[in-house]
Amino acid sequence: MLSVEGLEVRYAHRDGALRAVDGVDLTVGRGETVGLVGESGCGKSTLGKAILRLVEPIGGRVAIDGVDVAGLKGDRLLAFRRRVQFVFQDPYASLNPRRTIGEILDGALAVHRLGDRPTRRHRVREILDRVGLPADAVDRLPHEFSGGQRQRIGIARALVLSPDLIVLDEPVSALDVSIQAQILNLLVDLKREFGLAYLFVSHDLSVVRYIADRVLVMYLGRIVECADHHVLFGEPRHPYTRALVDAVPLPDPRRPRAAIVAGDIPSAARPPSGCRFHPRCPLAIGRCADEVPSMREIAPGHAVACHLA
Amino acid sequence: MAWLFGPRRLSPLNVRRLANFRANRRGAWSLVLFLTVFAISLVSELIANDRPILIVYKGEILSPLLVDYPEEKFGGFLPQTQYRDPVIQEEIEANGFMIWPPIRYSYNTPNNEIPDPAPAKPSWMYDKEKRCARYAKGVDDLNCTLGNWNWLGTDDQARDVAARILYGFRISVLFGLMLAVVSSLVGVAAGAVQGYFGGWIDLVFQRFMEVWSSLPHLYLLLIISSMFVPSFWILLGIMLMFSWVSLVGLVRAEFLRARNFEYVRAARALGVGNLAIMLRHLLPNAMVATLTFLPFILNSSITTLTSLDFLGFGLPPGSPSLGEMLAQGKNNLQAPWLALTGFFMISLMLSLLIFVGEAVRDAFDPRKTFG
Repeated sequence: MLSVEGLEVRYAHRDGALRAVDGVDLTVGRGETVGLVGESGCGKSTLGKAILRLVEPIGGRVAIDGVDVAGLKGDRLLAFRRRVQFVFQDPYASLNPRRTIGEILDGALAVHRLGDRPTRRHRVREILDRVGLPADAVDRLPHEFSGGQRQRIGIARALVLSPDLIVLDEPVSALDVSIQAQILNLLVDLKREFGLAYLFVSHDLSVVRYIADRVLVMYLGRIVECADHHVLFGEPRHPYTRALVDAVPLPDPRRPRAAIVAGDIPSAARPPSGCRFHPRCPLAIGRCADEVPSMREIAPGHAVACHLA
Repeated sequence: MAWLFGPRRLSPLNVRRLANFRANRRGAWSLVLFLTVFAISLVSELIANDRPILIVYKGEILSPLLVDYPEEKFGGFLPQTQYRDPVIQEEIEANGFMIWPPIRYSYNTPNNEIPDPAPAKPSWMYDKEKRCARYAKGVDDLNCTLGNWNWLGTDDQARDVAARILYGFRISVLFGLMLAVVSSLVGVAAGAVQGYFGGWIDLVFQRFMEVWSSLPHLYLLLIISSMFVPSFWILLGIMLMFSWVSLVGLVRAEFLRARNFEYVRAARALGVGNLAIMLRHLLPNAMVATLTFLPFILNSSITTLTSLDFLGFGLPPGSPSLGEMLAQGKNNLQAPWLALTGFFMISLMLSLLIFVGEAVRDAFDPRKTFG
């Protein structure tokens, strides 16, 4: 349903252009949950925002059901926004503190001219109930709610337009672990009920493992590995993915661990030559510094960008 | 003060702000006092006027404040009735009666019976003999009453200072208010556009503003207002050209900060238009800064008008104006009531506004509101 080809986003930076997203391809099918993981600063949030044109991409193509999103204006852009919605990371910053929950949700419907006042009010109550919020929430302000409840409001705001795809930008990383589980379960339920597709952006592998059907691993603006979630977590092929999977804390201290990746993520303004991971890669060979590895399908549905895979 | 801050449906935040405002007792009382004086000056016509408030003449009820009656109505020949004329007064008193306002002078009415050459001292400084000397029947003249006193003396054209101060206060405040409101609107709009769109628009606009605001305002105002005959509205327009700049920086900064708030992005993701985002999500953030500055902008508007009037480039000649009163005071040092009255009125007005401004600032102070 959603297809992204060669997407590029650059930010102005004192050392020149910062390539936050540098040629990313991905697809999200109807009803599919795609996880997008990577460490901080790898461009995963920017990718999510660029798909919705919250950040304007400078190259590549984002298409929904074959329609290019880049040139859309006016009503057609509105129609696209109705189909693809966004849930933000920080439930404290993403709700206007001056507007009641009812106004926030009704505002979303009103922008899209969906129904008259009574039907909209009915729809708002329905959605609030569906995400597990009390009906009297409509007249309350965001500060009266806890973080988990606020994230439910954020999800309700995305859901109220009945979209086909929701881009979730670290939707649970600002929440307590117990609340994370509630929100994840809610997301799974909603997906089943409404046949939603998710692009789930997160740095937390255990969360992605729980929710995603397919997982993309991103490093410094590029996708390095893409596979079904149990394949990716079971037999990761890219050294970076391996390091990530091994870094997930598990309650078993005796389990042997692979080498932990040393150093920090390099600046996206001056990415390393060849394979971008080579300065930190424990397995790097001479070729890695010169030649950019391309995505190769090593098994059906499992692609890796590594010379050694 | 309950009538002013009475119960209304307010958000908890605004309730706390109101409490902060009231906690600054000086500011709160200044507002009450200022509004009282302003309300009084709004009905200046009922307090200081050269026509009666009400006339009952030959069984007919007349209201000279609302209607210009020709003098023929009372047996005269002028197109407009001179109610201060003893002949007309006698005619009316003989066929009915009239109710005068407490001060029987308007801002432009000369007192033809002043005991000394203008500027004449306040009436209470003369004894009765002297005060009534120029009236036709002397001490027994019916017009030598309290209503014809010049409580604060007259200016150099024999006009009543008390009346002029009352009208002058009104015109100053109205002018200041109008200028402050319009320049806030323009400034907020300009700052909003700059901050919201950023980039090139912001850059070009900022440079323009730097050039514009480094022009010497008062000199330009002098030059422009010596080329045109400045009416109230032309003067407002000229001063608006320079006064809108003051809020732009603030609003721009607020918009620049807020436009990347996640809830603004969220609104954009929902497909909300630019204008709606600016009005609904960004403007409320900028309103605090704007409201805090409004009393001070009002103050500087009034000061500018007063200085122009003082220099003689302000409101058209004959208008009641505090600046012109000061200029007269300067030219007539032997008549200190002119300068003193002007000085006290202006200081009172500006001080009250500053105190109100301080209270408003306290009210919106986040450290006090959330402390």
